[in-house]
Amino acid sequence: MDISRIDQIIDKHDGEASSLIQILLDIQSEHNWLPKEALKRVCERLQVPMSRITHIATFYKAFSLVPKGRHQVHVCMGTACHVRGAQRVLDTVQEVTGVKSGETDSDLKFSVETVNCLGCCALGPVMEVDGKHHGNIAPSQIASVLNNCE
Amino acid sequence: MTRLSSPEKLECARKDIVSRIDPTKPCISVCAGAGCLASGAAEVIAAFKTELEFHGLTTEVNTKGTGCPGFCERGPIVMIYPEGICYLKVKPEDVPEIVSHTIKEKKVVDRLLYEDPATGTRALRESDIPFYKNQQRNILSENLRLDSKSMDDYLAIGGYSALSKVLFQMTPEDVMGEIKKSNLRGRGGGGFPAWRKWEESRNAPDPIKYVIVNADEGDPGAFMDRALIEGNPHSILEGLIIGAYAVGAHEGFIYVRQEYPLAVENINLAIRQASERGFVGKDILGSGFDFTVKVHMGAGAFVCGESSALMTALEGRAGEPRPKYIHTAVKGVWDHPSVLNNVETWANVTQIITKGADWFTSYGTAGSTGTKIFSLVGKITNTGLVEVPMGVTLRDIITKVGGGIPGGKKFKAVQTGGPSGGCIPEAMLDLPVDFDELTKAGSMMGSGGMIVMDEDTCMVDIARYFIDFLKDESCGKCTPCREGIRQMLAVLTRITVGKGKEGDIELLEELAESTGAALCALGKSAPNPVLSTIRYFRDEYEAHIREKKCPALSCKEMIAFHIDPEKCKACGSCFRQCPAEAIQGGKKLIHIIDQEKCTKCGTCLDVCPSRFGAVRKISGEPVPAPVPEDKRAIA
Ligand SMILES: Cc1cc2nc3c(=O)[nH]c(=O)nc-3n(C[C@H](O)[C@H](O)[C@H](O)COP(=O)(O)O)c2cc1C
Ligand code: SF4
Ligand code: SF4
Ligand code: FES
Ligand code: FES
Repeated sequence: MDISRIDQIIDKHDGEASSLIQILLDIQSEHNWLPKEALKRVCERLQVPMSRITHIATFYKAFSLVPKGRHQVHVCMGTACHVRGAQRVLDTVQEVTGVKSGETDSDLKFSVETVNCLGCCALGPVMEVDGKHHGNIAPSQIASVLNNCE
Repeated sequence: MTRLSSPEKLECARKDIVSRIDPTKPCISVCAGAGCLASGAAEVIAAFKTELEFHGLTTEVNTKGTGCPGFCERGPIVMIYPEGICYLKVKPEDVPEIVSHTIKEKKVVDRLLYEDPATGTRALRESDIPFYKNQQRNILSENLRLDSKSMDDYLAIGGYSALSKVLFQMTPEDVMGEIKKSNLRGRGGGGFPAWRKWEESRNAPDPIKYVIVNADEGDPGAFMDRALIEGNPHSILEGLIIGAYAVGAHEGFIYVRQEYPLAVENINLAIRQASERGFVGKDILGSGFDFTVKVHMGAGAFVCGESSALMTALEGRAGEPRPKYIHTAVKGVWDHPSVLNNVETWANVTQIITKGADWFTSYGTAGSTGTKIFSLVGKITNTGLVEVPMGVTLRDIITKVGGGIPGGKKFKAVQTGGPSGGCIPEAMLDLPVDFDELTKAGSMMGSGGMIVMDEDTCMVDIARYFIDFLKDESCGKCTPCREGIRQMLAVLTRITVGKGKEGDIELLEELAESTGAALCALGKSAPNPVLSTIRYFRDEYEAHIREKKCPALSCKEMIAFHIDPEKCKACGSCFRQCPAEAIQGGKKLIHIIDQEKCTKCGTCLDVCPSRFGAVRKISGEPVPAPVPEDKRAIA
């Protein structure tokens, strides 16, 4: 891991402790997770105790303290998607990837995550793969979308 | 870009922009809102660029990506100006025809127009579509008029004139007076009058004050804040600066959820553009008023939308609610007075200043003035964002605007107010929708989510769904919330898996009472979905408990799939698609389901050809025994 890159991120936020969450979000978006060394660096540079950092990293859903897969699959479980069959979408995603929600497979291909709403509720049920939304997704279409991921 | 240092210079710049716009020049605008992007709007925009280039029309025809006009279900939406033709569900393959036909020959491509399902008549313009005809889109219609990334577009439609008016023609007291006269109530949840919070902050002696936009939009099923901040970010920013001037704040925050990357991008861009032009920063428009603003991304916690939790998150901590013995308007971020309002509330501020409080109060009811944007989703024909005057009935929203329930199904309930709200049954559809009426009905306005449910939705499961959601989202700090929700979930789960006991309904009501003692509104209002479903759908609870039956045929543990031997034609569709290999089939053999292996995925029901309709979902009755081996042959 490139510590100087972590430093750049911290500098971008003027090294302010109040930007802690924003700094962690930036690190997370680059690495897909929060590596320990990165957190140590943040801890030193911002002068905030490690306990506060871990508290934040576990409180907010966006953060992961373990490595994530190359492909991020998000299944919306929001109310609009729920009444249009989100559970069946999730069941199928779990079946196709062999990964339970909140988990990553052993060869780091897929991470499956449920989310509360992706803000495309009119198109429910919605699944998001690597940032791309798939609206009105039918369970029978899921395998082909996921099999396209390398 | 030069800073505009006076109102006159702003008007000059605006005139200059408008003078460069030729209203007769063809313009193709494609909705680039999240919904349409999910349906392929980016590919449509790219196809237009290629096609226009191919015809050598790039300079003669403008193209732009706009914000969401609401009808997301029919996206990608393409509007052709100056005629105002509205094409729906446009695919990249349609683009060559649109360019050659509509742009070059001025002819309409009929099949892309809206078609009335009842009469078959087609609507040429947006305003002819029933979905839009029955709305009052004071705020949302602006989305269509601008490229969300273009400041010039915003200036062209009068942007920042409200700010200029406030800074040069009004005292902070005047602004406060106008907002008070408008009776604007917060659009983010509780419906608290905006002016009261503003006044409290303004009167607080502390000279350091903050103004904040709540764009967390944690409500599952609601996306109006997303549409506004993505589609018209400057209007939110302008409202915020006006609020800052009124309360005497010089710093502001915009708290946006990170699940909305386009909203984060567009609001950041808007802030950059506004500071280049001098609407943000020092000495705004030469008025001497200073204001800076920062974007803070949320990190995925519903509770952070609560005002005190959001402020804690802004300080860089885990966003847990705090007891509010003193209002956050007096002691908020870093203990300074902080005014927090929802995205839609701020958008209304801009409009009230531009058009006046009297204009605003000409819409809505006495207690709830103005319009409200609803996210009309779920089992409804026209899903999307809907803006109507407060006081319109639920029935009008669902039937006139929403086009009723699809698939010939029956309406069951509409859920309003998100996890803090409740479910409203058919008998109450004539309820006028405003803050107070919804509360009286045991639900609430919330941020404006309206999730429509048909006969296939189980109301006990919906209650369980919300409680399950809240169990994950409770910060866990106070016992009534943490434990109360956990216990309610245990009871509800028990009922939905067929293990409900006599007395469970009463137990839920008791638990609801104790959960009400929680610290913040998350816990306090958590029982609402449970209580409202018990109040209006008690018979469904009783059927689950007494008859072990899910009347909606929805609770997985209480249903079974069965193939009717009389109807099965041995086509094999279900056999081939059953993921659990639970179906035994064969040529000319009646198919049967092995109940032990069946995972109840429902695929067999979906794929059995409707002309056979052999697969049945059953609940509350024993599954008929499979057809014996020697009787399975079909003659
Ligand atoms: C658990 C919880 C979550 C909330 N989430 C939001 C939210 O996502 N957006 C929002 O505007 N208000 C939310 N609210 C309401 C806010 O606390 C606050 O009342 C509101 O933002 C004030 O703005 P308004 O007066 O303009 O409505 C939430 C409240 C609670 C208790
Ligand atoms: S699809 Fe329907 S008709 Fe065909 S085998 Fe299955 S149940 Fe029978
Ligand atoms: S419900 Fe699913 S698992 Fe059960 S028989 Fe039908 S297709 Fe197979
Ligand atoms: S509920 Fe699924 S996108 Fe909003
Ligand atoms: S996103 Fe295009 S209409 Fe809503």
